Amino acid sequence: MVPPIDYETLKIIWWLLLGLLLVGFMVTDGFDMGAGALLPFAGRNDEERRLIINTVGPVWEGNQVWFVLGGGAIFAAWPPLYALAFSGFYVAMFLVLAALIVRPVSFVFRSKNKDPRWRAIWDGGLFVSGIVPPLVFGIAMGNVLQGVPFRLTEDLRPVYEGSFAGLLNPFALLCGLLALAMVIQHGAAWLVLKTEGDVARRARHFGAVAGVGAVALFAICGAIVWAGLVEGYVIRAGAAPGAEANPLAKTVAREAGAWAANLNAAPGKWLGPLVGLLGLGVAAFLLQFKRGRLALVASGLGIAGVIATPGLAMFPFILPSSSNPSMSLTVWDASSSHLTLFLMLIATLVFMPLIIAYTSWVYYVIRGKVSLEALLASRESY
Amino acid sequence: MNEVVVDLSRLQFAITALYHFLFVPLTLGLSVILVIMEAVYVMTGRVIWRDMVKFWGVLFGINFAMGVATGITMEFQFGTNWAYFSHYVGDIFGVPLAIEGLMAFFLEATFVGLFFFGWERLSKLQHLLVTTMVAIGSNFSALWILIANGWMQNPVGAKFNPTTMRMEVTDFYAVIFNEVAQAKFVHTVSAGYVTGAMFVLAISAWYLLRGRHRAFAVRSMTVAASFGLASALSVVVLGDESGYAATEHQKMKLAAIEAEWETQPPPAGFNVLAWPDMEKRENAFELKVPWVLGLIATRSLSREVLGINDLVARAKVRVRHGLRAYRALQRLRRDPADKAAIRELRVFDHTLGYALLLKRYRTDIENATPAEIEKAAWDTVPDVLTLFWSFRIMVGLGFYFIVLFGIAFILSARRAFERHRWFLWLAFVSLPLPWVAAELGWIVAEYGRQPWIIEGVLPTFLGVSEVSVGQVAFSLVGFIVFYTVLAVADVYLMVKYARLGPDAYLGVDTNARARERVPVLASAIET
Repeated sequence: MVPPIDYETLKIIWWLLLGLLLVGFMVTDGFDMGAGALLPFAGRNDEERRLIINTVGPVWEGNQVWFVLGGGAIFAAWPPLYALAFSGFYVAMFLVLAALIVRPVSFVFRSKNKDPRWRAIWDGGLFVSGIVPPLVFGIAMGNVLQGVPFRLTEDLRPVYEGSFAGLLNPFALLCGLLALAMVIQHGAAWLVLKTEGDVARRARHFGAVAGVGAVALFAICGAIVWAGLVEGYVIRAGAAPGAEANPLAKTVAREAGAWAANLNAAPGKWLGPLVGLLGLGVAAFLLQFKRGRLALVASGLGIAGVIATPGLAMFPFILPSSSNPSMSLTVWDASSSHLTLFLMLIATLVFMPLIIAYTSWVYYVIRGKVSLEALLASRESY
Repeated sequence: MNEVVVDLSRLQFAITALYHFLFVPLTLGLSVILVIMEAVYVMTGRVIWRDMVKFWGVLFGINFAMGVATGITMEFQFGTNWAYFSHYVGDIFGVPLAIEGLMAFFLEATFVGLFFFGWERLSKLQHLLVTTMVAIGSNFSALWILIANGWMQNPVGAKFNPTTMRMEVTDFYAVIFNEVAQAKFVHTVSAGYVTGAMFVLAISAWYLLRGRHRAFAVRSMTVAASFGLASALSVVVLGDESGYAATEHQKMKLAAIEAEWETQPPPAGFNVLAWPDMEKRENAFELKVPWVLGLIATRSLSREVLGINDLVARAKVRVRHGLRAYRALQRLRRDPADKAAIRELRVFDHTLGYALLLKRYRTDIENATPAEIEKAAWDTVPDVLTLFWSFRIMVGLGFYFIVLFGIAFILSARRAFERHRWFLWLAFVSLPLPWVAAELGWIVAEYGRQPWIIEGVLPTFLGVSEVSVGQVAFSLVGFIVFYTVLAVADVYLMVKYARLGPDAYLGVDTNARARERVPVLASAIET
């Protein structure tokens, strides 16, 4: 069967959809990871910590599916990226998996035993699993912007040539901190929306600090790229948008300032960094005025803008190779087949509206502040 | 290809997959049982049925968390440890995984939160709907995962593309309605239902043995008995269907399961017991029942069930054909417009995977010697001894479940559980058996597919990532330590809550509530 949408368009649609999935993950799972990261700081005793945990109790599980779906969608839409990134970032990936494995059980196990040591262990699990994923994703993004040392064999077998320590370079670490700061502010906004009293007060405080930090880190990272200290990549030949996907059929050069030039080439792309800066900044401001809901929206937009920025700056690159630039993965030559992209689009168009509808209903059902009395009275709460 | 990386990666996948599947079947079965119980509550208004949903629900929740947690490893392990596999078949294999997320996992994970947190906020019908969505989500999840797995067993609807050096979808309908996948799905969910039923039956039997929670336990056992009997019957019947699909598509796996070295004149005899010897390529001893294998496997008196030796001879031909495809591919690399090479590849590309088996012995496989081709052909034989016995124990357990749930059903109809303490003991000690059967089932399915990661398309050892021994050892040890700790915590909580029992957990006397009702109609739409 020949899909009714041309291959090039589908490749672009999937680039957009995978961006949206990443945003969906960081915005939804972001606030519950942020709440986890704030757990020991915003919750000073067992009851306060239970309150925090139960604000996200009914929704974290659905939120985490964005991550799982992201993995599946990358597998289906960009198999070479799935193969390369996860085997290349092997140890980093293991850390994220460990965090996301400990997370579900920490939620469910924690309050099923009164022993304070037992609870401390799972509180620790929630804290670590709130910190590690955003940190690692930020670091990964920082490395992607710089390019990652890898090559592909003639059979297109991906071979990562770097090391775990190599991922921990200064620029990438800044990006990691940026992701963490965003998530903390986002989690704080959620806590301000869902709680009252001391927990909300502390969340406001930490959230605003994290928000200001995020704005500063985003500006610094942006300046570093702008100044050309992080080199970009440019396609010199090959990689025709409608061609069948083989990442070995093009020539790519490294070039300082290439990423910034991409933004300038289409000024509309500046919307990304603009929304990022404004969203994060405005959220910090709104938190001061106890406007939890608006702050949550603003920080969500901020996160979306920050994530969109490298995507827009790098397009059509998705994973440049620093050691063999011509083997870089781009939207044009690392996508799935025409038919697969089309079928996946149909599946997404059918199910995504449903997902959004029932997820919204769940948030509607659990609306309002979480009260300690209600959660202590319920046997099902965490 | 580093052999140690291959072995460690396989070990890690086996451990994490078998571990994940300790939780999956219980989620599948218990979610449906919860729907049944809650439906009774909504329809009759009898409060004890809500108590049952809440109490079995808390055990469900503990298990569900473990299933979700360990499932995350599975979703990403293809990329971390099986990168070449991911590149080679992601175009097909990734699709069911992504749709699983879209259609199923989102559904169950989104609604499972409301299952626990929604009791006070939802009407009875709404809450029943939520529970139903969790069950539907779990079962659909199994469907898509088994479509992915079924494709690894029987890779239909896809073709090798020499430009992109990977398999690509040609017919997605064939991938979804893959006979092997459909047979596996119904067999696997039935196995999950048996597990859920056994869980409820065994724990309830234990309550009755202790004389606790009588009303609660008897009702739970009634549900478990009828649901379990239906499931046990279907798991065996549909397992037979799954085996029949294997005869069509995976003849080698079937020959190994039956330890049939030589093709017998039809209808073939069935080895009830045997001790296969891989070195000598024969059975050290065997106890044969005439005709039975031919009848089961071919459902005829006249068709042959090919033996291992004949299948190896056939594999040898395929290796040679595969080499022709491989040489054509080499020529195409030098000159993509080589028409003769394109034609040659088109004729033989379905055997390309067989040539790749030679990569174990040399990199320039186009120069393979006849001895190496012979070895590669023999590599297509899985571990006969393990398969033969795993399969027999699994099937034996399947029949045992039919008998056990059959008795439970009769006792339930006669309201006679408590008069037959021997049965209560039998039910209690049978608790671990569905898990044993399910794990053996996966061993038959996956170990029986070796040496292939995709049957006939890609050998397992080629699918592995270019990672170091140290990295895989690190993650393997990490998983073992980590999973052991989680297992201890999980079992501790399960036992704690099972011992606590419904009365203490819910803070009510369920016996006293046995006759208590809430008005049915009005209450269905109120919270």
